[in-house]
Amino acid sequence: MSLRIVVCVKYVPDATGDRHFAEDLTVDRDDVDGLLSELDEYAVEQALQIKEAADDAEITVLTVGPEDANDALRKALSMGADKAVHVEDDDLHGTDALGTSLVLAKAIEKTGYDLVVCGMASTDGTMGVLPALLAERLNVPQVTQLSEVSVDGGKVTGRRDGDTASEQLEAALPAVVSVTDQSGEARYPSFKGIMAAKKKPVESLDLEDLEIEADEVGLEGAWTKVEDAAERPARTAGTIVKDEGEGGKQLAEFLAGQKFI
Amino acid sequence: MAEVLVYVDHVDGAVRKPTLELLTLARRIGEPVAVHLGPHADEAAKVLAEHGAVKVLAADAPEFAEYLVAPKVDALQAAYDAVSPAAVLLPSSAEGKEIGARLAVRIGSGIITDAVDLEAGAEGPVATQSVFAASYTTKSRITKGTPVITVKPNSAAPEAAPAAGTVEQLAVTVADSSKGTKIVSRTPRESTGRPELTEAAIVVSGGRGVNGAENFPVIEALADSLGAAVGASRAAVDAGWYPHTNQVGQTGKSVSPQLYIAAGISGAIQHRAGMQTSKTIVAINKDEEAPIFELVDYGVVGDLFDVVPALTDEVKTRKG
Ligand SMILES: Cc1cc2nc3c(=O)[nH]c(=O)nc-3n(C[C@H](O)[C@H](O)[C@H](O)COP(=O)(O)OP(=O)(O)OC[C@H]3O[C@@H](n4cnc5c(N)ncnc54)[C@H](O)[C@@H]3O)c2cc1C
Ligand SMILES: Cc1cc2nc3c(=O)[nH]c(=O)nc-3n(C[C@H](O)[C@H](O)[C@H](O)COP(=O)(O)OP(=O)(O)OC[C@H]3O[C@@H](n4cnc5c(N)ncnc54)[C@H](O)[C@@H]3O)c2cc1C
Repeated sequence: MSLRIVVCVKYVPDATGDRHFAEDLTVDRDDVDGLLSELDEYAVEQALQIKEAADDAEITVLTVGPEDANDALRKALSMGADKAVHVEDDDLHGTDALGTSLVLAKAIEKTGYDLVVCGMASTDGTMGVLPALLAERLNVPQVTQLSEVSVDGGKVTGRRDGDTASEQLEAALPAVVSVTDQSGEARYPSFKGIMAAKKKPVESLDLEDLEIEADEVGLEGAWTKVEDAAERPARTAGTIVKDEGEGGKQLAEFLAGQKFI
Repeated sequence: MAEVLVYVDHVDGAVRKPTLELLTLARRIGEPVAVHLGPHADEAAKVLAEHGAVKVLAADAPEFAEYLVAPKVDALQAAYDAVSPAAVLLPSSAEGKEIGARLAVRIGSGIITDAVDLEAGAEGPVATQSVFAASYTTKSRITKGTPVITVKPNSAAPEAAPAAGTVEQLAVTVADSSKGTKIVSRTPRESTGRPELTEAAIVVSGGRGVNGAENFPVIEALADSLGAAVGASRAAVDAGWYPHTNQVGQTGKSVSPQLYIAAGISGAIQHRAGMQTSKTIVAINKDEEAPIFELVDYGVVGDLFDVVPALTDEVKTRKG
């Protein structure tokens, strides 16, 4: 039987652009280019490797996001995923982590899965909680923060490098996995991959398809509320000196003045 | 006064500093009740009591070490049921966030992660977050359920506040569904004897400019002269010059020390994401155009192999 892999990918504002908040204190998406969260490329890559090692597997990439989030799906499809699911609905605007996990969990169940693969964190919200939230909602094992992962004989194994120890983990499928950027460089889409992606199916779902009420998600339904967002004041220009033999001494002088020495 | 649950991060009963910071913050919104999972609760209780824990709920079960995260969620939920707290605070470690997230689903609450400050508000605790690589500061609160908030290390100075700290055993039943992810083996990390990166008051980091593992002792020597932790950029880590556990940045550790010294690091946005909230920032870089200089309080344009050893000598001399 085919191994059904769902990869969750997020469409995020480009971190090298000028990211800011809109008037309703949600992320302003109109003013800055979006792209597939770079950390989710690692998730797609590991899914592709798991598929290559399996007899028979199929990869669905899943996103919850606005119309433009389609770009993130196309990128993942051009890397080699087989098909895509896009959950899109005006009522999703401003959804928080609890809400996003609800929508993702319902979409994953509807799609059918043996393995869910996520990135370690998005590059915008950077919470790093979605995989755990999904495991809880789907009631399956969480095998998260892996720098090495493989699937064999209905089991997923992986290495989790933590603060105080490195752990070898094992769980039976179905399971939710998240992978770090230590798991291995993501491949670039080939020209062939980019052409093929154009013909791959993208299914579009809305809240009604997932039997979610509008007031369970979005700004209205959010479990959290942002009350204020202020741009950090620019740092006042520091002192910069050229080292002409005295740079180390001058720096020591500065550190002593600040009571660090 | 309302009770606030504080999840204790410890290694065999040795309480880590971020937990003491949590206790300090918890006292702003209620009476801290610490939840200690694993061995040596009695040892931990002494330190927890000194920092304001009115009570320590303790549970030890082999499942905490045998399976990933979920058994600890069962235990924290038992504590939640026992106390009906006004809020639940956890450290913003990978595990702290995951435990908090799963608890939030179970109790129907929102979650805020990576808070850098916390204060009481008219409608519940208000958390400050530093977002988009620290270019914005937001204030948020939780509108449904009992606030679950994870707090970054170095967000508050731990304050002594003697309290009873009475240890009570917490009855925990680990559900079968929480035994899904087996921890097959564990290799503890070797201690370097230097301060923990996220807790250190001073961090000295090296980047691609260090140009080889064999040169990292130059960075280490400066760190040791200052009693600092050693950090590294991803470029240095990816090249294999320094372990990933020392990486500072978006996908490494996020640090917020009193003093951050970057040597041979350009200052890419992903690096900034992990160090921009440092109080004082110093850079040594031979390229005067390097973006890191936009952040610094003090910068030296020069070769790190000249500047860093000279600085190390000077520090040693001054410290006598
Ligand atoms: C700056 C900022 C701060 C925020 N703070 C909070 C907060 O404190 N509390 C809160 O409840 N919400 C918060 N949010 C909203 C929250 O980030 C999003 O609702 C969200 O999608 C879940 O969190 P994350 O993006 O941080 O995901 P993470 O948990 O960091 O993401 C991990 C993985 O989950 C998957 N994933 C995440 N989102 C999606 C998606 N939309 N579609 C498909 N896959 C996805 C990806 O595989 C990703 O790699 C914040 C958002 C921003 C931009
Ligand atoms: C998804 C994602 C996540 C990432 N996460 C992280 C992260 O967590 N942490 C991180 O650091 N990066 C991260 N990066 C990588 C980041 O984009 C940069 O590539 C990286 O920070 C560069 O490291 P560097 O500054 O050491 O190297 P470079 O950018 O190559 O800079 C080296 C600097 O050293 C200077 N130099 C060279 N020789 C000397 C000398 N002898 N004396 C003085 N100066 C010298 C040069 O002038 C230069 O400015 C991430 C990237 C992505 C895409």
